[in-house]
Amino acid sequence: MCATRPNPVLTALAATLAVFLFDPSAPASAKEMRVTISNFTFEPQTTTIARGETVRFVNSDDMVHVVVATDGSFRSEALDTGDSFTAAFTKPGSFTYFCGLHPFMKGTIVVK
Amino acid sequence: MGKDRENGTAPGLTRRHALECMVWAGTGVLWTVSGGVPRSLNLLDAAEAAEISQGATTFLQISDSHIGFDKEKQVTAVDTLTEAIDKVKALSVKPAFMIHTGDITHLSKNGEFDDAARIIGSTGLDVAYVPGEHDLIDPGQGKAYLARYGKGTLGAGWHAFDHGGVHFIGLVNVVDLKAGGLGNLGAEQLAWLKKDLEGRSASTPIVVFAHIPLWSVYPKWGWGTDDAAQALALLKRFGSVTVLNGHIHQIVQKVEGNMTFHTARSTAFPQPRPGTAEKPGPMIVPADQLRSMLGLTSVDFTVGKERLAITDTTLA
Ligand SMILES: [Cu+2]
Repeated sequence: MCATRPNPVLTALAATLAVFLFDPSAPASAKEMRVTISNFTFEPQTTTIARGETVRFVNSDDMVHVVVATDGSFRSEALDTGDSFTAAFTKPGSFTYFCGLHPFMKGTIVVK
Repeated sequence: MGKDRENGTAPGLTRRHALECMVWAGTGVLWTVSGGVPRSLNLLDAAEAAEISQGATTFLQISDSHIGFDKEKQVTAVDTLTEAIDKVKALSVKPAFMIHTGDITHLSKNGEFDDAARIIGSTGLDVAYVPGEHDLIDPGQGKAYLARYGKGTLGAGWHAFDHGGVHFIGLVNVVDLKAGGLGNLGAEQLAWLKKDLEGRSASTPIVVFAHIPLWSVYPKWGWGTDDAAQALALLKRFGSVTVLNGHIHQIVQKVEGNMTFHTARSTAFPQPRPGTAEKPGPMIVPADQLRSMLGLTSVDFTVGKERLAITDTTLA
C-alpha cells in the first residue's frame, strides 16, 4: 500500500539525480520498472530491463533501507517507509545491488 | 572525555580485581563481572542493588534509542528514551558514566540527534558513544555523527579510555558494509586495536563495546561481525573481557573462556528472537507489553569480587 504513495518530491529528486549521474542524455520519460522493498527483501530479486530504462526502488517496509550498487555506481539516501529512489541503466550487463544497512538484502538488475 | 574518567577513579577500586557490572533489563543492562564470568541479575530490588553497588563503580549501557522511529501507535522513541533516562535519574547510586552502543537516531537527522542529546544530556553524566548504522545515513554518510561525537576518536569514531582500572574500548563495526556481509571493523581499526592493547597487562579488565554483536548471534539476519575473530584473538590473553553490544534489541548472553558477551535491549522497539520470524525488524506489540521488552543495562565493577555481574532492567 505504501508502494502506491511514494514521496513525489523525493522520487522526482532521485530521478533527476539518477539521470545526471548515469546518463545526462537519457530521456526522463524512459520506461520505468519497479522494485519493491518489503519485509527486508527486494522484490523481484532479479529485474530485467532494456538499455536506457530506469528502475524505481520503492520502500514499502516498516524499516529504513539504503540501496547501494555493489560496484559503487549508485547509492540512495536513507529510504524510510514510502520513499523511493530511481536509477537509470545505460550499459548492458548484470548489476548487483544490496542494502547498505542490511547487506544480507541483495538483488540484481539485468540490462539487455 | 576519557581522560576525565581516568582521573575519576572511585574510592576503593583497584585494578587487580575484575569488574562487576549490573545491567538493568528493558531499558538497560546491569552488569556485574567477577573473574571474567558475568552474572545477569534480573530486576534487582533496591536492597540488592545497594549491596552490589557497595564499593563498586557502576556504569550504564543504553542502546538503540532510534530517535525518529514512529511506527508505534501509542508512544514515540522520544517517549521511551525519556522513560529510560528517568529510570537512570532515579537511581539511588549515581552511575559513573554511560555508554551508548549505537542507533542513537533512526534516520541520522539533526533534529533526532538534538532530541537524543537533550534527553540523554539531562542525566548530567558523561556518555561514551559508538555509532550504529542508523547514525551514519545522513547525506554526508557519517559526518553528522562525527561532528557531534567524533571528538577524541579516530577513524569512524573508535576510541578507548580507562576508568577505575578497567580499560574501555569503543569499536565501530557499521561502516563500509559489504554486499552479503556482516558487521565490519576493517584493517585500519584492527591495527589500531592491536597497538592499543600492546604492552597492557593481561590482568587489566577489558570492556569492549560496539553496535553489532562481535560474535555470531544470527548471521542470516546480519547479527554478527565478519572480522570480529581478529579482534577477539587480540583480546584472548586478557583475564577478563566483557563485550557489550546492541543492534538486536534483545538480551543474548554467552560466556566463552574469559570472555563474556552480552547484548542490550533497545529503548525504542523490540525485534524477534533469531529464527522466530521470517525477517528481523520492529516488532509492534500491544502497548501494555512494549515496556517489558525495552530496557537498559547497568554494569558495576567491584573490588574484591571475582566476577563481573550484569543486570538488565526493563521499562515496565
Ligand atoms: Cu535494509
